[in-house]
Amino acid sequence: MTVSHNLDGAALDLELKGLIADVLGLDPDQAQAFGPDSGLFGHLPELDSMAVAGLLTEMEDRLGIVIEDDDVDGEMLETYGALRAFAEAKLGGR
Amino acid sequence: MFTWTPPATDGTPAREELLVAFDRGRDLRLLVCPAWFDEANKLRRFTIEVMRRLDRAGVDCLLPDLPGCNESLAPLTDQTLEGWRAAMTAAAEALRATHVLAIRAGALIAPPALPGWHYAALSGPKLLRGMIRARTIAAREAGITETTDALMAEGRAAGLTLGGWAIGPALFAALETAEPVLAPGQSDLAQSAIGGPGLWLRAEPDEDASQADRLAARIVQSLAGAPA
Repeated sequence: MTVSHNLDGAALDLELKGLIADVLGLDPDQAQAFGPDSGLFGHLPELDSMAVAGLLTEMEDRLGIVIEDDDVDGEMLETYGALRAFAEAKLGGR
Repeated sequence: MFTWTPPATDGTPAREELLVAFDRGRDLRLLVCPAWFDEANKLRRFTIEVMRRLDRAGVDCLLPDLPGCNESLAPLTDQTLEGWRAAMTAAAEALRATHVLAIRAGALIAPPALPGWHYAALSGPKLLRGMIRARTIAAREAGITETTDALMAEGRAAGLTLGGWAIGPALFAALETAEPVLAPGQSDLAQSAIGGPGLWLRAEPDEDASQADRLAARIVQSLAGAPA
């Protein structure tokens, strides 16, 4: 598993969108169309708790971060922008 | 319909378990240790597709049910890591397997006497982490607060139902430290060596013919003596 350090904005975007594409079975190009307001948990029926858990666990692996219980809330998972901001904060806080 | 019989524990009559087999009595006989729980569902079709390709390449493929899973009538909550290891070893002997392909958490119970491959092996702690996280997220959605620490303690003491799978306390505790170990003659086949996203990640079960092609091709090459 590749752990990506020093991800800048564009690389983080690519990694996160790739991950969402993997979970939802989208073309990578399709996932690149996600914007900050694109809805995730609660908006995409495929994204149930099991899929979200897989997404977060894979984020830990690929980004080299640890996600605690308290980090996970509805807000952080609601939109692509919120998930990205969360990942950025985790990466910055190491 | 094919069956095999796992070892009887504590004198109870052994029950037959089912398996999916492409069995034409050939020299190369591959035991497939399936992925577990939710991943088993997501990877079932992919697993069978890999077996079909290996069958066409001249390899018999044998995919037993784990006791307590799939069509098995045994209660899942009674299963243990050691019991599953013994069951896979018994299946290998009963089915005269020559090699093993262990998928994801299946790598935790691959019979060490067989050469073969661990595909995208998953450790016990990672398996539990993902399943517990799914439960805490679902609980939060329902307005209930559950913490990972409390659930881990409950799992150790009394077992825990995660994603609909009732995991007994012995299996739960064993998974907390279980790591896949490559026995002599076994090698890792990482997802990066196959290419494309792991199908266990998909929110919905899916298939990918090109990934099945590549995994089967790696195994055929390796059986023919090429480096894995």
